[in-house]
Amino acid sequence: MSTELPLVTVDALTVEYWTRRGKLRAVDDVSFSLGKAETLGVVGESGSGKSTLGLSLIGLVPFPGRVTKGRVVLEGTEVLKMRKDDLRNLRGTKICYVFQDPMTSLNPVKKIGAHFVELIRTHQPKVTKKEALERAKKLLSDVGIQPERINDYPHQLSGGMRQRIMIALAIALSPRMVIADEPTTALDVIVQAKILDLLNTLRDAYGMALILITHDLSIVMERSNRTIVMYAGQMVEYAPSKEIYSNSQHPYSKGLLKSIPNIELADQKLEAIPGSPPDLLNLPIGCHFFPRCSYAFERCKKEVPPLFKSGSEHFVRCFLYDEERKA
Amino acid sequence: MSQEGILKVENLTKYYPVEKGFLEKMLARTKHFVRAVDGVSFTVQKGEIFTLAGESGCGKTTTGKMIVRLISPTGGKIFFKGVEITALENEALRILKRRLQIIFQDPYASFNPRMKIGDAVGHPLEIHGIAYHEDKRKMVMEMLDRVGLTPAEKFLGLYPHQMSGGQRQRAAIARSLILQPEFIVADEPVSMIDVSLRSAIIDLMLNLRKDFGLTYLFITHDLAIAKYISDRIAIMYLGKIVELGDKQTIFSNPMHPYTQALLAAIPIPVPERKRKVSGLVGDVPSAINIPSGCRFHTRCRYAEKACEEKEPELIPVSPGHYVACLTEH
Repeated sequence: MSTELPLVTVDALTVEYWTRRGKLRAVDDVSFSLGKAETLGVVGESGSGKSTLGLSLIGLVPFPGRVTKGRVVLEGTEVLKMRKDDLRNLRGTKICYVFQDPMTSLNPVKKIGAHFVELIRTHQPKVTKKEALERAKKLLSDVGIQPERINDYPHQLSGGMRQRIMIALAIALSPRMVIADEPTTALDVIVQAKILDLLNTLRDAYGMALILITHDLSIVMERSNRTIVMYAGQMVEYAPSKEIYSNSQHPYSKGLLKSIPNIELADQKLEAIPGSPPDLLNLPIGCHFFPRCSYAFERCKKEVPPLFKSGSEHFVRCFLYDEERKA
Repeated sequence: MSQEGILKVENLTKYYPVEKGFLEKMLARTKHFVRAVDGVSFTVQKGEIFTLAGESGCGKTTTGKMIVRLISPTGGKIFFKGVEITALENEALRILKRRLQIIFQDPYASFNPRMKIGDAVGHPLEIHGIAYHEDKRKMVMEMLDRVGLTPAEKFLGLYPHQMSGGQRQRAAIARSLILQPEFIVADEPVSMIDVSLRSAIIDLMLNLRKDFGLTYLFITHDLAIAKYISDRIAIMYLGKIVELGDKQTIFSNPMHPYTQALLAAIPIPVPERKRKVSGLVGDVPSAINIPSGCRFHTRCRYAEKACEEKEPELIPVSPGHYVACLTEH
């Protein structure tokens, strides 16, 4: 971690949804900070709150959800207290979002060039259409697409190319931070490797911070500096990726690491975590993970564990660590 | 183990005609086809797990569906235990399907949402006239128990939406096994299941193979999973097999440039590990306009003049290891 001030600080962020069946906490007390040209990986299974976390950082939590607690500070400005107009402006220029599905994120009746013109001119009205198109061509070649493609419609491009376009749009106004939510889940493995390489290159070239949200722990381990492991809305472990890999402490992170195949290992034995993730409307009392945890003891069934600091940059939400410290 | 194997596929093809507008239809001289599967041959031995792997659009699912006769091939032959099944119809096809079953990718979409799990799993027994009422119930309970849906009484009366993804996939496995088939086509059975539950489903499939003497044709895009589960792997590209071998060979000595690129692209769950960049250019071409000669030559860094003209055959390079490539790189 760099010694200068972090680019983004997130403090005790909590997001709740008011559903017909009751109130549920999709993101529960998440805190982290992120520096320039750093990648933060957010990993979790479906329903762990990782996407809601990403959306809440730019004030886009969908109805019926609301941020009920916490702060997001980007370069000294508190994002969630901003006026609507300022927030909208911030979204194009300072923080950008790359969604999972490149098929539905582009307007099918608009040419690729028009997407860039609209984006650039909305935020910088003085730029002429011609200038915007020139910039679009430059951006396309940055992401490895022939500049002539600005005259194509989205359906004329492959999935991988469309995702490159989404990334080009995201970096069009040189944002400080890009949030990529499952950017490669809909893509084939060769294209996936290329898109992740591209995100890395752009991150270094523009000094952006990158938040990589995915269900795929392999990607997070390989590509991020630090990792948040989410479970049932909570951050259960937060540490440098190297630490998570070599010294994971939460039983859930340990289980996840044991359940993913690594093609470089011969005769690997995969282990599953028993049970399945809980219903957020019907959480177990105590630690959200205890029904699936082989280390669980009495205290886990009664209290929700807070985040314990277990190393200089290592945080874990597990009573095992507290016991160890007392002993 | 016989030379013939339990399943043999010979030069299997599936072409879909490209639909056109009225005017184009009148003017066009040639008909265009999507060559989804374009001449695939392989043999699966009894008791093994044979994997078809490749990217989306390579024809792996179409091949699987043709084998269980859910769609009819355009050309080629399928033999099951030495008997040709390519053209079976009606009653003969129905009897065949008892022995040849398929598990689909999406456990949400493969169950009727208004049918209880017990009824859905027992339905094949009624269709095939094997068991009804109390007998059926008993067989279903046994099978649910066997796939880990315990207590079975509880799951009998549940609707699909009341179960988790992993439980639904277990039910799908139970349904495919209830007729006691010998051969299972498993089409991406774990790709929609949460990571922490995947290995449990895979282990279940491995155990069932032992207990029921099953043979699997496993279809996946995920080579890491393929490496974990398979005995032999066939890599497909644009409707054809480009490399085939046992899994150690494929992973330790990949010969086809496409296999090499595919393996290099798999993420390795180790931080700060620099992996080699794949030299693959461009995207997969459309299956309507398959490149001449070797269909991979447009993206291959070793491509020579000959690759544009001559289509390579799948030829053995060592016992059991087949590669379709003209170059020596």
